Amino acid sequence: MAEIIDKRLLRPPDIFYYKLAVPSIAAKAKPGQFVIIRLHDRGERIPLSLADIDPAGGTISLVVMCVGKTTSELATLQKGDNIKDVCGPLGNPTRIHNAGKVVLVGGGFGVAPLYPIGRAFKDAGSRVVTIMGARNKGLLIYGREMEGISERVIVSTEDGSAGTKGVITDALEMELKENGADLVVAVGPARMMQAACGKTGTFGVETVVSLNAVMIDGTGMCGGCRVRVGGETKFVCIDGPDFDGALVDWDLLIKRQRQYRAEEKESFEQWKKNHNLE
Amino acid sequence: MSGPRDDKGGKKIIPNRVPARELDPRERRLNFEEVNLGYDAGQAVREAGRCLNCRKRPCVAGCPVGVPIPDFIASVSRGDFAGAYRIIRSANALPAVCGRVCPQETQCEGVCTVGRKHEAVAIGRLERFVADWRMKEQGAARTQKSPRKSGAPETPDGAGGRVAVVGSGPAGITCAYDLAQLGHKVTIFEALHEPGGVLFYGIPEFRLPKSIVAREMDNLKDMGVLIKTNAVIGRLLGLGELTEQFDAVFIGTGAGLPRFQGIPGEDLNGVYSANEFLTRTNLMRAYRFPAYDTPIKAGRRVAVIGGGNVAMDAARTAIRLGAESVTLVYRRGEAELPARAEEVRHAKEEGLLFEMCTLPVEITGDDGYVSGLKCLRMSLCEPGPGDLPGRKVPKPISGSEFSIPADTVIVAIGTSANPLLTGSARGLRLRRGYIETDDTCATSLRGVFAGGDIVTGSGLTVSAAMGAGRKAAKAIHEYVVSKKG
Ligand SMILES: Cc1cc2nc3c(=O)[nH]c(=O)nc-3n(C[C@H](O)[C@H](O)[C@H](O)COP(=O)(O)OP(=O)(O)OC[C@H]3O[C@@H](n4cnc5c(N)ncnc54)[C@H](O)[C@@H]3O)c2cc1C
Ligand SMILES: Cc1cc2nc3c(=O)[nH]c(=O)nc-3n(C[C@H](O)[C@H](O)[C@H](O)COP(=O)(O)OP(=O)(O)OC[C@H]3O[C@@H](n4cnc5c(N)ncnc54)[C@H](O)[C@@H]3O)c2cc1C
Ligand code: SF4
Ligand code: SF4
Ligand code: FES
Repeated sequence: MAEIIDKRLLRPPDIFYYKLAVPSIAAKAKPGQFVIIRLHDRGERIPLSLADIDPAGGTISLVVMCVGKTTSELATLQKGDNIKDVCGPLGNPTRIHNAGKVVLVGGGFGVAPLYPIGRAFKDAGSRVVTIMGARNKGLLIYGREMEGISERVIVSTEDGSAGTKGVITDALEMELKENGADLVVAVGPARMMQAACGKTGTFGVETVVSLNAVMIDGTGMCGGCRVRVGGETKFVCIDGPDFDGALVDWDLLIKRQRQYRAEEKESFEQWKKNHNLE
Repeated sequence: MSGPRDDKGGKKIIPNRVPARELDPRERRLNFEEVNLGYDAGQAVREAGRCLNCRKRPCVAGCPVGVPIPDFIASVSRGDFAGAYRIIRSANALPAVCGRVCPQETQCEGVCTVGRKHEAVAIGRLERFVADWRMKEQGAARTQKSPRKSGAPETPDGAGGRVAVVGSGPAGITCAYDLAQLGHKVTIFEALHEPGGVLFYGIPEFRLPKSIVAREMDNLKDMGVLIKTNAVIGRLLGLGELTEQFDAVFIGTGAGLPRFQGIPGEDLNGVYSANEFLTRTNLMRAYRFPAYDTPIKAGRRVAVIGGGNVAMDAARTAIRLGAESVTLVYRRGEAELPARAEEVRHAKEEGLLFEMCTLPVEITGDDGYVSGLKCLRMSLCEPGPGDLPGRKVPKPISGSEFSIPADTVIVAIGTSANPLLTGSARGLRLRRGYIETDDTCATSLRGVFAGGDIVTGSGLTVSAAMGAGRKAAKAIHEYVVSKKG
């Protein structure tokens, strides 16, 4: 059981910020790790990355985009409500070291988990540059946080309403061409991470990605989160979630992410009907 | 040594056991209700009357947890069910579970004297009857909400220690149970949100109702055992922290990592490890989707690879999820199936198809989803040099390739050791990923003990894991007492 001690609408209408009181997890969690939550007895288990960790305050933060039933149901909870199960920290922490110049590439909610990762790189002596992208200005999140840890924040929007106009990978290409990088860390939708790896590959820059496979237990027990990396089968929950992006079989990951499309739709539609949201 | 009892003179052998009631196969194909309905009191007393109360007690030696079988059966035959329960519980923390899932034919019943020439005494069913009877009684008492303390501490003052148990499968439960009875404060750490290990997430409802597992967990809590769920040791806390915070640690984390064959197509959508298929169904209740949130692709035509209890459970689960046809693909012959005899019989009654002596070589796909299973026929040969003696060796027959159409394939070829805890524990000696222990379940680390599938590997039984838990509890007790003394 974990209490929601803060909740904010980060970006209308569907990205929310939650702060949970879970001292034992906060004491242990490291950037790059995730938790698995279950809202109630009939709920499914969904993985969510840590968007911040405060060991002293005993809290962790999550930034969640409503994409289906469970994430939308979570959004109906308010400050003071409880989440039935919070299991974590899970996955391996991102390998933090003084990497020279690190470029963080965040798409969608992916910017949020990059925040503690970037802060840790900075604390380890690395120089941090952040590239964040969205369709338009209103869809950007975590800008202020990223400003705080980066020597530069590059914004790109598809309609040009903020920063440079274009897709995030164009901005990444430009940065690599003009200033180079020692390490790229990309977190976001699979297609975005894949495209980022396409760019970094041509510059020969090592790229760490955080894979979001469908999970249940998060302990290596079900094998549902398996992906192919470098021709080998890996379990994202215990071998990852971070992998060398150059080695990931992206098409397979994306196919497996869509495995339950029809069922997810059915579940979401029914939930909306029951909650008079149609 | 066999034959008549010595004290009351010769006892006539009743050759056939009292049959247990079972759900009709046509009905049970469609639901997740328990198949075996067990004995009623009259049937139990009659069956108990078949026991010869042998002086040498071969059945007890056949039971990995050492249940005093003739003694509890004698109580049942007198109608003293409460007494019978006390006797069973003195050795067995999970009687309602064991009565249902032990492979009795190779354990207690396999060596029963009556069974030499006739049908063995139905020890498992009797054990289950007693446990179920007790649960019913207790259910009535429990509604009055009076917390009981069973098993008063027997340890000398101050000798009771604090013990951490990692994993709430049968090994961990039994270890906690025995330690609590000896007066130790036990905390169980379980990674999932429900305790019980394989009993909860693996063995299906129709074989072992989850309410029974939950009830056994309540019994543990009543004894003062603390159960912390959502606690993944190796991530939330390291083994080192546990050894600092507790007087001793028991590791019973099972062998949960699913194995795949390594054939092409295993990453297609619709390919499940048996663990995933069963976890979705049992732990997450996907069979009640969308009332429960977790989905499952049950499939119209299902192929299950393997031949053990796990394969049988996955196959029978697929039948209940509404598959039109479910085919079991096993590389040896029917006689070699490692599953419990009762499960094979039940599965057949429910319409499971068998492709024996068959080796899957590829899972074929269509647009990312499974479309079939390509297989080779095998011939069973006498074991050659380098093979295990006695067991026939399957060899593929060239040119025998054929395909089984399928939209779901479930891989049930075994599991290996999960590295989550062991990988992060410095100084813990392992062999091929499994924890090395001595005869007392002690590991290479002082104060750390281990037992169950994480030591012996999967393919073991519930009662064997429990036996290890008991043995470890004894050693932990001695360790803690000497440490404190
Ligand atoms: C390691 C990891 C970290 C993640 N971190 C975040 C995060 O910080 N913020 C965030 O908004 N989302 C995150 N996700 C994705 C999040 O788990 C899914 O959005 C969520 O499970 C969707 O559930 P739903 O019921 O709302 O939607 P559904 O309609 O059930 O699913 C929508 C999509 O989400 C994915 N999904 C569904 N169920 C699961 C599951 N059990 N496990 C994983 N993915 C699933 C599938 O691709 C699916 O097509 C993360 C995923 C992983 C694996
Ligand atoms: C589907 C299936 C059917 C079976 N049928 C039978 C049968 O009919 N009869 C029979 O006798 N045997 C059967 N078996 C075998 C039997 O269930 C196992 O041998 C037995 O459960 C092993 O017990 P265990 O306590 O060692 O481990 P498990 O039962 O595997 O329990 C281990 C527990 O530890 C937890 N855990 C793992 N890692 C961590 C960690 N790092 N931190 C915290 N917790 C952790 C797991 O979540 C799990 O709950 C079956 C097995 C399966 C999978
Ligand atoms: S625990 Fe298992 S082996 Fe032992 S008596 Fe009971 S059913 Fe038989
Ligand atoms: S159960 Fe069988 S072996 Fe055991 S005492 Fe009775 S008759 Fe003898
Ligand atoms: S989520 Fe089950 S093995 Fe990774």
